[in-house]
Amino acid sequence: MILALHDLALARGGRVLFENLNLRVAAGEFGVIRGRNGAGKTSLLRAIAGWLRPHAGRIAFADGVDASSSLHVIGHGDGLKGGLGVGAHVAYWAGLLGGERASVARALDQVGLAALADLPARILSRGQARRLALARLIVAPRPIWLLDEPAAGLDGDGKALLDAMIGAHCAAGGVALAALHEALGPNPDHVVQLG
Amino acid sequence: MIQAFANPARFLSFSAWAWPFAGVAALILFAIGAPWALVFSPGDYQQGESVRIMYVHVPAAWWALGIYAFMGGASFVSLIWRHALADVAARAAAPIGAFYAGLCLVTGSLWGAPTWGTWWVWDARLTSMLILFLTYLGYLALHAAIDDEERAGRLAAVLCLAGLINLPIVHYSVEWWSTLHQGASLLRDGGAAIHPSMLGPLLTMAGAYAAAFAALLLANMRADVFRRRVEAARLRRARAS
Amino acid sequence: MSAILALFRRDLALAWSAGSGAAAPVGFFLGAAMLLPLSVGAERTLLGAIGAPILWIAAALASLMVLERLFQADLEEGGLDQMLLSPAPLEALAAAKAAALWVGVGLPIAAAAAPAAIALQAPPAAAGAIALGLAIGEAAFLFAGLVGAAAAASVKRAGVLIALLVLPFFAPPILFGAAAAAAAAEGAPFGPAFLLLCGTTLFALALGPIAAAAALRLQAT
Repeated sequence: MILALHDLALARGGRVLFENLNLRVAAGEFGVIRGRNGAGKTSLLRAIAGWLRPHAGRIAFADGVDASSSLHVIGHGDGLKGGLGVGAHVAYWAGLLGGERASVARALDQVGLAALADLPARILSRGQARRLALARLIVAPRPIWLLDEPAAGLDGDGKALLDAMIGAHCAAGGVALAALHEALGPNPDHVVQLG
Repeated sequence: MIQAFANPARFLSFSAWAWPFAGVAALILFAIGAPWALVFSPGDYQQGESVRIMYVHVPAAWWALGIYAFMGGASFVSLIWRHALADVAARAAAPIGAFYAGLCLVTGSLWGAPTWGTWWVWDARLTSMLILFLTYLGYLALHAAIDDEERAGRLAAVLCLAGLINLPIVHYSVEWWSTLHQGASLLRDGGAAIHPSMLGPLLTMAGAYAAAFAALLLANMRADVFRRRVEAARLRRARAS
Repeated sequence: MSAILALFRRDLALAWSAGSGAAAPVGFFLGAAMLLPLSVGAERTLLGAIGAPILWIAAALASLMVLERLFQADLEEGGLDQMLLSPAPLEALAAAKAAALWVGVGLPIAAAAAPAAIALQAPPAAAGAIALGLAIGEAAFLFAGLVGAAAAASVKRAGVLIALLVLPFFAPPILFGAAAAAAAAEGAPFGPAFLLLCGTTLFALALGPIAAAAALRLQAT
């Protein structure tokens, strides 16, 4: 077991989103979270990251796993600065999240942005910006990926890229939890239906 | 102690009789203290009748500081133990403290004009009271600016504690700064022993201010707890329908 | 450590990149300082007495300007989440942001203060000391200002609110800074006022990032 939710309940603004959620995710497994808007998909991922306090129940990690060294979060915002270069973003994440500077070029190459490395991020399209955000997952290897609508804005090639990234991550023993609307990634080991 | 107040229901049943009690106590103390201080107490042989402003001014200064210290304590409890009622208490105390600080500034100015010959002096007490007043306004503004009430309360609590550290720094800074300006004449209204005949009305007025604070605080907190309940009930009904 | 350096480097690059550069706050600083002789007249002795204090006021206002977007931009764009995932403590990251702002904006303002002081009739020999005092004072403004910037990060158009929250924290450095500048104009730049300015700056350096980190953690929820 890498990650387990025990009788988890979350509340936002005095309203209980869901209760009694139980989940055990082992190494190499892929979990999908489904539910209508407002069902608490984002809240669940943020609670696992430690940014929301559970209303009830608890979230447990395996020994040696903690948010500041083991988690990646891809959220609604891409975390980009228009005035900063595409490559400079990846170098910044490598430093901030404890990755290797040497892997910056490889990460850019993998998400298909190597040719744009010297350009400022403000010229990126929405799909390219999302690809740049995904480069975080490569430049700083971390075992647990929390992905909140990661395919938003991606075109067909982008989705294929994300699909392959999740597949490779889980095949290498990593864990991915994704709030998804469409089918993506390998066959999920867990499906959490909220609301 | 903390657990005893943690329960909103218990707070409501306690405050239901406590706030009118404190309110009546405040009215009685004002009824005794105000005529005593403003009519029957002796005038000062130096300051004459204007000394009577002190009975309004000094308790306001004491409680403006006291209420901020109370808010600091409540903010600490709210941050450490995530105690919802502590946040309600700090928020409910802030406008009262801001009013006392404003009252202190206005009455101090009214007293200074005939006594010092100027409406305002930049000494440590006045400057830190002005900064305290601004800190109260900042606290209220931050609370009002953030929609999510829980987050607003906790952010305001961080600001309140930072202000609690800042206030003594400001106070001593102005004191040291005044001593740097050798030429400027320093006005210090402390030091002189207070005449016993003035102590009675002063303490009565201070008691009246404290009771008024308690009554207004509890009434404010009750209003806030009820408002939250109404909102929660509406939310439930909107979801059920 | 590499995380702190990475954030420092990124924010410094942003401070100097086109669009959000140091030009706006430095220009604001000079413009505000220029209004003084226009309003009180160019009488030399009067300007000499109030010129340096006015520079301090202008510097404080220019610092307020840059504080508004400091955390707000990161919060909106999801960058704060990445800071929270870093192995470096959030306190150190907040300090790195303030340090980058100090190098990127605070030091240029202090450098611009030297010619501005001479234009405001301060003795040329004192201009260096006035600029040095402002360089130290800018650190106090920006580190103390972190508290307000972090607390108001989720508020739209927070400029006025941040000013209200932060100005009480500006009182001690501006007190001693202006006193140190006046002492410098009289030919005794490194007296007690200068040391007290350094003292209040150290306070801001120590406490600002701690309070800002506490507020930022709450912003993530």
